[in-house]
Amino acid sequence: MATISLRDVRKSYGSQEVIHGVNLDVADGEFIVIVGPSGCGKSTLLRMVAGLEAISAGTIEIAGRVVNKLEPRERNIAMVFQNYALYPHMSVFDNMAYGLKIAGLPKDEIRARVDKAATMLQLEPYLQRKPRELSGGQRQRVAMGRALVRDPAAFLFDEPLSNLDAKLRVQMRLEIKQMQRSVGTTSLYVTHDQVEAMTLADRLVVMNQGVAEQIGTPITVYERPASVFVAGFIGSPAMNLVAAEVAPQGRGLALAGGGTVKPRDTALPDPGRKVLLGVRPEHLRLVNGANNADFEIRVAAVEALGADTLAHGHAAGAAEGAPMLVARLPGGTRVAPGDTLPLAIDPGMTHLFDAGTSRRI
Amino acid sequence: MSSPRVTFNNKLLPYLLVAPQLAITLVFFYWPASQAIYQSVLREDPFGLNSRFVGLANFQRLFEEPSYINSFKVTAVFSIATAVLALVVALLLAVMADRIVKGRGFYRTLMIWPYAVAPAIAGMLWLFMFNPTMGTFAYMLRSAGYNWDPLLNGNQAMVLVIAAAAWKQISYNFLFFVAGLQAIPKSLVEAAAIDGAGENRRFWTIQFPLIAPTTFFLLVINTVYAFFDTFGIIHAVTGGGPGKATETLVYKVYNDGFVNLMLGSSAAQSVVLMVIVIALTAIQFRYVERKVHYG
Repeated sequence: MATISLRDVRKSYGSQEVIHGVNLDVADGEFIVIVGPSGCGKSTLLRMVAGLEAISAGTIEIAGRVVNKLEPRERNIAMVFQNYALYPHMSVFDNMAYGLKIAGLPKDEIRARVDKAATMLQLEPYLQRKPRELSGGQRQRVAMGRALVRDPAAFLFDEPLSNLDAKLRVQMRLEIKQMQRSVGTTSLYVTHDQVEAMTLADRLVVMNQGVAEQIGTPITVYERPASVFVAGFIGSPAMNLVAAEVAPQGRGLALAGGGTVKPRDTALPDPGRKVLLGVRPEHLRLVNGANNADFEIRVAAVEALGADTLAHGHAAGAAEGAPMLVARLPGGTRVAPGDTLPLAIDPGMTHLFDAGTSRRI
Repeated sequence: MSSPRVTFNNKLLPYLLVAPQLAITLVFFYWPASQAIYQSVLREDPFGLNSRFVGLANFQRLFEEPSYINSFKVTAVFSIATAVLALVVALLLAVMADRIVKGRGFYRTLMIWPYAVAPAIAGMLWLFMFNPTMGTFAYMLRSAGYNWDPLLNGNQAMVLVIAAAAWKQISYNFLFFVAGLQAIPKSLVEAAAIDGAGENRRFWTIQFPLIAPTTFFLLVINTVYAFFDTFGIIHAVTGGGPGKATETLVYKVYNDGFVNLMLGSSAAQSVVLMVIVIALTAIQFRYVERKVHYG
């Protein structure tokens, strides 16, 4: 068990910088999820911690020791790969024992550790099988077992669930969480799946184009996204974002497509400032009559999901080509394309971002 | 997993499809092989004017002949040394090439060129380089104080043909080894690195076992190569000499048949050679292949 700290970590390939200075302090036993779209540098960052990629600038410390120049094997970490990376010519037992044999542990100690991990992961019946005789979920467990037996300073997970089907993914997600809780090992987990990120993380690192846009607990990231990117990336369906300008004399926000909105319980910046107004679909409420509404949408498409009904449409009176807005309404709501819905924004649930810097105001 | 069985509506079509393959095998293997077997029980005069049936007399005489027994020993030494040298050096080079990041394609292309050189030409190259009177390397060896003369020294001649034969096969083996190594998912090697294995250990415990199918295939190919396809090199470099020191079985077949015109004996030798290679390949498949893991 250990802390991990990243200080202004950068990575360049030739003159191309792909990670632009990431700072992160991971507490002992913390579960950190690094989330972002493909190509954002999240896997590269993880591989730098593992020692599989060289660090171009900055320092990485594991357990208070700078590991920049150390080989992967000297870093005392264990990694779970997306394709599991099980040794196909070895039995499940040998796969898990491989690292322990190299470490020179006595035979009975190895057996005891592997048995313990196998019990924990329900793998005892499969110890003598080869990886190809296992299902995807079982292989995933073996990969976790291999990490577990070594009792490392930190676990690194590189999209470990992406090769599993949806149902198994939910199950394995819970198992990973439980396993990490019970052994209490510091973990870094990379994923592009925001549900995995939200459910697993003690804290999230949201990455975009080599920059850590926001680091915080899942709830903080959801409630107070630090930038337009984070606002759009976390949450499903994605947050509605509309260009607007702060209207003079406290008349609210003049929307780019026409019309004004005056969000309640929201402090507005100085008049004339160009902003992006963000409202999550779940914070839009259907109200009676246009007088109680903040704005109206003309419904273009409806998705009935059972528990919720998603109404997609354009702001009434908005010009052609204005962005689609979406409202998440209770499941029983009867809406049809062509309807005009008067919607109110829940008090205090408005997010404002600077139109120039994209940062939260 | 079983692939779906293909069914043909036309009864003739499947036979037509396998016909070219069958025809080639018949014309180039079964026919000459049966001819060899037939000839091996005949005694024929050098002009082919008359022949008579002698039973197994050709074989009997063969195994009483000291030069034939010698040829067996020469072949064993030559084949084992050539196959082992070609495999080991190719594997070493392939591992190096696999670790290169920059200029990998260039390096690989360079490595493949020797394969495009015809055996006799390869033999001539080595002959010129190591010719005691005019060879550059022979000159270097002698100036280093080594008494180099493959024209008189049988062991040196053997070293020379082994080197030339292996050199020619290295590029072929290299190509397969590189492909084999690159087919191993990178994450396996990375996982082993994280598990604490150093470079050598990673190679022997992960990469080498995983390229075993390639190694096995190359072992079979190289054995057959050393037995049969090295005729051109031996012919060009030593001509079987000095004093039959490099006369392998296949070279003796040629020499007895086409130079000494002992057709019956030559045919008997071909049959023996055929039996040996079939037996070797069978042994390899029976015993070595068991240890091979096919991913």
